[in-house]
Amino acid sequence: MEPLDAFRREVVAWLEDNCPRSQREPAGPEELYQGGSKGCFSSQDARTWFERMREKGWTVPDWPREYGGGGLSPGQAKVLKTEMKRLGCRPPLATGQGIAMLGPALFEYGSEQQKREHLPRIARGEVRWCQGYSEPGAGSDLANIQCRAEDKGDHFVVNGTKLWTSNADRADWIFCLVRTDPKAAKQAGISFLLIDMRQNGIEVRPIELISGESDFCQVFFENARAEKHNLLGDLNRGWTVAKRLLQHERTLMSQLSEIAVGPKFSPGEVARRYLSLENGVLTNSGLREQLVRYEMDAMALALSNQKAFEESGQGRLDPNSTSFFKYYATELDKRRGELKLALMGTQGLGWSGPGFDSDELMEPRTWAFSKALTIAGGSSEVQLNVIAKRVLDLPE
Amino acid sequence: MKHLVPSDEHIMLQDSARQFLQANCPVSAFRHLRDNSVSPCYSRQHWKQICDLGWSGIILPEEYGGLDFGYVGLGAIMKESGRTLLASPLFASVCLGAQYLLRAGSDTQKRDILPSVVCGDTCLALAIEEGPHHDPLATLFTAQPDGGNFVLNGTKTFVVDGQCANYFLVVARTSGKPGDAKGLSVFLVDIDRKGVERKQLHLLDARDYSSVDFDNVIVGEDDLVGSMNDAWRYLEPTLDAARILLAAEMLGGICECFERTVEYLRDREQFGVKIGSFQALRHRAAHLFAEIELCKAVVDTGLAALDGAPGSISVLASLAKARLNDIALLATNEAVQMHGGIGVTDELDIGLFLKRARVAIQILGDSSYHRDRFGRLNGY
Ligand SMILES: Cc1cc2nc3c(=O)[nH]c(=O)nc-3n(C[C@H](O)[C@H](O)[C@H](O)COP(=O)(O)OP(=O)(O)OC[C@H]3O[C@@H](n4cnc5c(N)ncnc54)[C@H](O)[C@@H]3O)c2cc1C
Repeated sequence: MEPLDAFRREVVAWLEDNCPRSQREPAGPEELYQGGSKGCFSSQDARTWFERMREKGWTVPDWPREYGGGGLSPGQAKVLKTEMKRLGCRPPLATGQGIAMLGPALFEYGSEQQKREHLPRIARGEVRWCQGYSEPGAGSDLANIQCRAEDKGDHFVVNGTKLWTSNADRADWIFCLVRTDPKAAKQAGISFLLIDMRQNGIEVRPIELISGESDFCQVFFENARAEKHNLLGDLNRGWTVAKRLLQHERTLMSQLSEIAVGPKFSPGEVARRYLSLENGVLTNSGLREQLVRYEMDAMALALSNQKAFEESGQGRLDPNSTSFFKYYATELDKRRGELKLALMGTQGLGWSGPGFDSDELMEPRTWAFSKALTIAGGSSEVQLNVIAKRVLDLPE
Repeated sequence: MKHLVPSDEHIMLQDSARQFLQANCPVSAFRHLRDNSVSPCYSRQHWKQICDLGWSGIILPEEYGGLDFGYVGLGAIMKESGRTLLASPLFASVCLGAQYLLRAGSDTQKRDILPSVVCGDTCLALAIEEGPHHDPLATLFTAQPDGGNFVLNGTKTFVVDGQCANYFLVVARTSGKPGDAKGLSVFLVDIDRKGVERKQLHLLDARDYSSVDFDNVIVGEDDLVGSMNDAWRYLEPTLDAARILLAAEMLGGICECFERTVEYLRDREQFGVKIGSFQALRHRAAHLFAEIELCKAVVDTGLAALDGAPGSISVLASLAKARLNDIALLATNEAVQMHGGIGVTDELDIGLFLKRARVAIQILGDSSYHRDRFGRLNGY
């Protein structure tokens, strides 16, 4: 354990020296650097901070150095994460679909050439990725996708549409599930294709969410072109890659409350701010009970994450366990949203304008967005299906 | 540091505990005790074997005959004992009694009592409750100083393993008013002392509980365990550790109940298919699985903290007891429901787990007690 202590001291000293003051304040929704050709910095400090971290490879601390990462061991990466959190350092580059989802899939299924082409550009924030899985007729029933890619010798021609594609309007590349064999059974005819979006055959239309943001889009492909060498995994074997990537997506989503930007006050702080206390105890016993129940479950989930982390180092982790984390964490995110509105009363209902401070205005939007979390990345019902089948081995 | 991954020694201990209990004290052994109204409800022979295995001394130092193997070790045994519904003095005498003595007792007291607890000749029971809800600070039971002695008066109820005890550790108020942490004192009282009268309480889990009257019972200054008026200093950590250990036992019961239920979902057929194919049941089982995974992490973190890993033990104890109470309720109710008609028969073991859970839920604090405490500890 000693070497990690030394590493911790080093990390803290480096962060203290290199993280600008302004980057140690909680970030607003638009303040994190997202990378890609359309990404912009919210300030000069944000740029400096990003560039310093990029030089160390700490935008993706546990990726190997040759692919733009920091080459840290899981234990070291955890130390870095913990210390950044403790010091309040913002992530220099937001954890998006590239870092959290495509990256791990490339490490597992990519050819050396694919890894060298794509990973460093993700690590350095040069390319922003989006995920082209869902379609109008393929949501929970993902294998029902219809978007087609036709073999034209050295390239594919893609036709069809993708729906609910988060940040497609700000992305440079899209990883897509496409049908390459229309005659094969559902899962068997699917391939996993990486497509450069900067071409004429692709059109992107943003869609507004109940939270007021337009985080996701519909993407239309009309004779779009994808190079053959951008097929990840074998032809018609994309479903294997797709499923594995979904596990990474679920892991990402089970940690959203840790990594996402959001209102800076915890439910406990919100309670103390909007409700009266007597001898250190909230006088509203009904809300107090809800608050404690939430905080207890949140703590239990955090301990469960810690346990899974410790076990993963010993090869004991069941990969299907990500389903229960995704399910529990996102249901809890929704509960937090409802709880905070309840604790704030009418002061938690402000949508814009005077009468509410900026923290207050963020709550209803976070609340509204939390509704999407138990749908995106496989709905709660789908996660329960996965647990029942894969973990509990119940008959179908 | 990894605190939540069991060491090889702990895995071996838990495996051997499982083997021993399943071979010697399976659920049917408990059923036998209950059906034959064995009183107090435990097998002396099994208890002797358990003591010979050293489980009664796991958390005690070697100088008192213990193994000094820590709470994670004792927790592993408690988990297994919950799976087979082991009825024994392990919780009352060791997890509560010996633990308190170890924290608060004088050298003489420890030397006199602990070795005999370890070999099983002496059983201790903590006499703490006075009303239907756990509330140690509300203690009214009096201990009046009288020369060099004390005179004890009052009634203690819900004394766990009171019938098999040779000594009670009695929590009394020697100053202050109900609600004060200051002013509590603990006395070691031989059950044969004049004025001590115990009555057996028959609760739904068929185990050993007593209500004990103390009528002008005279004890000496030597019988004070821990300093006068200041027992809370030792009692609170004792209760917290015991809560975490009880949570470990409850976890074992929950897991056993859940596994038996999942097995039933895989086997039982209706409408020409396995009932485990019905999504209404699959989803409830999957949700329960998630809740139980969180229970495991909470119990293991609590046990690790008792052995020195970081974390506030009070917070972790209240978290563990509240969560395990709630999930024990859910898991046993779901188990009964998913078994259908057979689930409500006495013949099926599920009913025994259901009943044990209801009593365990009340021992050392129900969920509302612990949620309130968790809130206070966190400043709301
Ligand atoms: C904010 C957000 C961002 C997203 N980002 C992306 C993205 O970047 N890329 C992408 O490809 N997709 C994205 N999605 C799409 C997401 O993956 C789908 O919305 C999701 O898989 C559900 O599909 P659906 O919307 O078609 O709902 P449906 O599948 O039609 O589900 C409707 C309801 O039926 C239930 N249901 C469906 N099947 C079952 C079943 N077998 N058993 C029980 N209940 C069932 C569902 O749980 C749900 O409650 C995003 C979604 C959201 C909300």
